[in-house]
This record gives sequence, C-alpha cells and structure tokens, in this order.
Amino acid sequence: MVKQGVVPDELTKPFWDAANQGRLEMQNCSACNRLQNPPLPACSQCKSGEHLEWKEMSGRGKIYNYGVVYDCPVKLLQQEQPFNLVVITLDDDPGIQMYSHLPGTPVDEVPVGAAVQVIFEDTANGQKVPEWRVVA
Amino acid sequence: MTTENAPASMYRTTEGLGVWEHKGKVAAVGIGHSPTTRRWDGTPENTMGANSIIALRRAIEDAGVSPDQIDGLVLDPVTTTGAHWPEGQPIPMDVVNAFNPTDDPLDGIAKLSAEWILKNMPELTNVKFTMYGLGCMSHAIVVAAQAVGEGRTHTCLVLKSWHNLEGRYNQSGISAADTVPGTFALSPGRTLWGAPGSYGTALQFAEYCRKYGKSHDMMAPFMANSRRNGLLFPEGYWAQHRPEQLTAEDYLNARWIAKPASLFDNDIPIMVSGAYLFTTAERAKDMKQKPVYILNHASSRGAQRSILPTLDEVEAETASTGRKIYEGAGITADDLSFENMYDGFSLFHQFHLEGLRYRGMQNGDALDFYQTDISIEGPNPVLPSGGNIGSGRSRFWMHTDCIQQIQGRAGARQITGVKPEIGVSGGPMPMGGNFTVWSASPG
Ligand SMILES: [Zn+2]
Repeated sequence: MVKQGVVPDELTKPFWDAANQGRLEMQNCSACNRLQNPPLPACSQCKSGEHLEWKEMSGRGKIYNYGVVYDCPVKLLQQEQPFNLVVITLDDDPGIQMYSHLPGTPVDEVPVGAAVQVIFEDTANGQKVPEWRVVA
Repeated sequence: MTTENAPASMYRTTEGLGVWEHKGKVAAVGIGHSPTTRRWDGTPENTMGANSIIALRRAIEDAGVSPDQIDGLVLDPVTTTGAHWPEGQPIPMDVVNAFNPTDDPLDGIAKLSAEWILKNMPELTNVKFTMYGLGCMSHAIVVAAQAVGEGRTHTCLVLKSWHNLEGRYNQSGISAADTVPGTFALSPGRTLWGAPGSYGTALQFAEYCRKYGKSHDMMAPFMANSRRNGLLFPEGYWAQHRPEQLTAEDYLNARWIAKPASLFDNDIPIMVSGAYLFTTAERAKDMKQKPVYILNHASSRGAQRSILPTLDEVEAETASTGRKIYEGAGITADDLSFENMYDGFSLFHQFHLEGLRYRGMQNGDALDFYQTDISIEGPNPVLPSGGNIGSGRSRFWMHTDCIQQIQGRAGARQITGVKPEIGVSGGPMPMGGNFTVWSASPG
C-alpha cells in the first residue's frame, strides 16, 4: 500500500530522517523522561520545548486495537479498500501509539495483543515511513 | 464592533467549582430553525446566511420579543460540515447582490461573522454584546448562558449554522494531494494512514465491546429509536426529506465506513441553522413561552496521551463530566427526567450515558439498557430528540428537544412515561464538549 508522499517539516524532520535511515525515533522530554507521539512543539506534560529530544526506539510493539477502513477520505488509498487500520503501542512505553496498515495481515484478521516489529516502507515520493508486521 | 472568541474562563471545565453562581437565573424562551437541505442549491435563498436569518427571526418571534429588545448575539463563526469553498471560484452575482456584504466575500456563505448578521438583520438595532462560541451550538449556549448570568447581555440570541457544498465530506484538498506535510502525516486525525472521521470512535467502541462482551448489533434498538424520534421532529432532515424508519435489518445490513462503524453510525452532513433566545429569569416571566431555566453548564477538555483516546481515558473523562454536570446544577442522576447527550457518532452515546450514570448505569451497561424500553413513552427515554442520527448533523436537536420537552411543546415526540422536569444535553465528543442542564423550575 503506497501512501501519499511526505514533505518533512521543521517539527518532524528528525522523525522522517531517522525513518530514511531505518530507525524509529520518538520525541522525548528529558526533563520529564516522557515520550510523546504525535510530535509537538512542547512537552505535553511540562509544557516546555526546552528539553525535547529525539530518542531511538526498540522497534517492538503490540497491536492495541484496529478497525477496517471501507470508505477512506484519502484518494490514493481508496483503491486498497477495505484495509486494516491498526493502532500499535510501543513496548518502550505502552502509552505511545502509532498507526499501521499492518502489511501481511489479511483484512479483518488482526490479532489484537500480538507482538509486532517495525519495518520501513517507501511512500509515493520516496520518503520512508514506519510500518509494522506481526512477529511470526 | 469587533467580536471576540469567548475566553476560556467562561467555560466551567473542572470539578470542584460548586453550584453555578447563575443557577436558575438564565432561561431559554425562544426557538427557531431554518429548513434543512442536504447541500446548498446555489440560490441566495438557500445560503447558510439566509438560513441563519430565518432561524434568528423565528426564535425572536417564538419568544414574542420585539427585535429592539435584543442586546446580545452569540454564534459559532465556523459553519463548515467538512466542505470548503473551492479556492478561486467566484461567488454567483445574484448571491452577492442579495446581501449586505462584509469585507470577506465568503461571509454568509461558508463562514459567518456577527457583523454579517447585524448588517443583514437591520431590525437588530440594540445589539451591544457579541461573542463567538467557537465549535458547536454547545459552545454558543455556554457562552450565552454565562454572558446573561454575568449581566453582559439581558436578551441574547444564540445561533449555530452549517453550510454544506457539493462534493464528498473531507475528500478534497489534502486528502487528494500527492504529498502531505510531515506534521499532518503524523497527526491524529486525517493522516497518511487514511482514518475516516468515525474511525477513532469505532476503535473506542471496539475496545468497549471486547472489554464488556458486547457487539455492534446490540446498537440496533438505539438506532431505530433515534430514527423514530427523528421522524417525529418536523424540523429535522430525515422528517423533511426522507421519512423512512430504520429497521434493525437496515442497520445490520448497512455498508461499513470504518468497521465497526457503519454508514448509519455516521450522522449525515446537512445545511441548517438553529437559534435560541436566552434571557434573565426575571424577564422571562413576561414572555410568550414558558421559560426553561439553565441550572448549570459544564465543559470537558480531555486530552489523550497519544493518537487515539483509550477506553480508560474516555471513561475517566465522561465520569468526570457527569460529576461536573451534577455538581454545578446541585442535582443528582436521580433528578434527570431524560437525557439528550450527543450521538454523532452513534457509537459514543453509551459513553455519555454511562458517564452520567443515567438510571444508575455503570460502565458497560448501556448496550443492555438499549435492549429495554428506551422510547419516549417509557420511563427511561434515551435521546428523545433522536439526535444527529435521527435528524442530521446539526448538533443542536438535543438542545432544542430539551427546551421543547420541558415546555411541553415537543409535539408527537413529547415524552409521556416520565414528567419532563430536568433534562441534560451536550457534547459533542466524550473527550471534549459542553453540557447544559435545563429545568422547568429555577432551582
Ligand atoms: Zn516535559
């Protein structure tokens, strides 16, 4: 499933650069020792942007929840309908979620709770994006 | 006159604030709605601005006040259902010429300022207070109630309008672009992964079903009840344009949008305007309609930790909202005659109900409750307005119904199994919204 291309912006550039190098990085507030996703200009706990850094993740997670998309607003994805749209939680911090199309898993056969591993896929403009696969 | 957004301080967002200082001192006395349509037909008579004027004039007439008595106007300036005016497309000249313009050519068509209303309703000669309640009718109601309570306006119009244009919901613009900005790609809403609007609610519902052993088909009685009530709402979209009951079979066979959310779990975007007239309890005594007193308003401003609110986060927020609603009104769940919490999307109504502890409900009970008598004739009415599911996405039918039920003006929808003394309406989302307690008596 090829997603729309991504043009990194100032806030998210480290995330996308890391993805191009095959690493999953998350924003972390070193003062609070707390990860956050999606990325924000300030820590959502201490409200300061001073101590935000990017931290490499293990790339391991669990399937928290999912839905099956039959009527997608994004034109490029409409030809793939229906498709799984899964929410992953990171093993590094189960409070942190990421979206996934869960490539390799048949539609509506998503094993909630199963272990997943990050992979990196090309988007339409070549920017890589983190995706997830069920660990066999 | 410049119009500001209401400051955050006008909303009662935390627990522990005690009884609302203006409890019972503000009343709703007039209601007005425009006709509904699915989309703008391109004529001046069917613009969102024209609908706004119709709704406001009807509310004024309904209250029986003269327009020069009105000194306040609160509205939501954002009117989109998800449809945006195509960039560069000219506005038809007959539309331009039909109204007194402001500096913004889209004003009255795809957005709405207080200035536009005042320019196009010359009878409003004494409006001295204007303010925006940004978001929904539920915001505008809070702001108007608080403003009347504080004495900043004494007779105040409250307005919410919607425009809907050609094209499918949220499918233009960035959804059709070849590339998206990095921040957008990672944002919780419409992202690179293509989540439809109802996806987040669908996932909370899925987690709810897994945790409590419930299923999507258990929603069918709620959906049929909502459509039935909606068809008894002559101001609503389904009653006006598609008077079809929704059977359990229709619901169970509907196509999925974001499974477990189906077509009918999504409210239909429409064009409509709704208006109320609020005044002080003192002045309300002399007006045409029976006053409906506001006992409290409360707001929730929940924030999830990451992309989507978890079931735990939702249930904590709605329980807190329930406590805020009762605390500020000085009532308990036992005092509610009925409820009109939001339902667009249908799959989150149970969170609002359980947060309220409506009829003693605990978390996980609502879908079983839906299998009992939840009709307007029974002792436990659920959403007698029919909500957005029953009448289209206005996000104000619930407020209108609370006022009409308590006034005894709900017509064929009038609840009969319980005396309508205190009702609650509000939303939209379980994680963020505004809620109002309406009452037949001031305290
Ligand atoms: Zn911090």
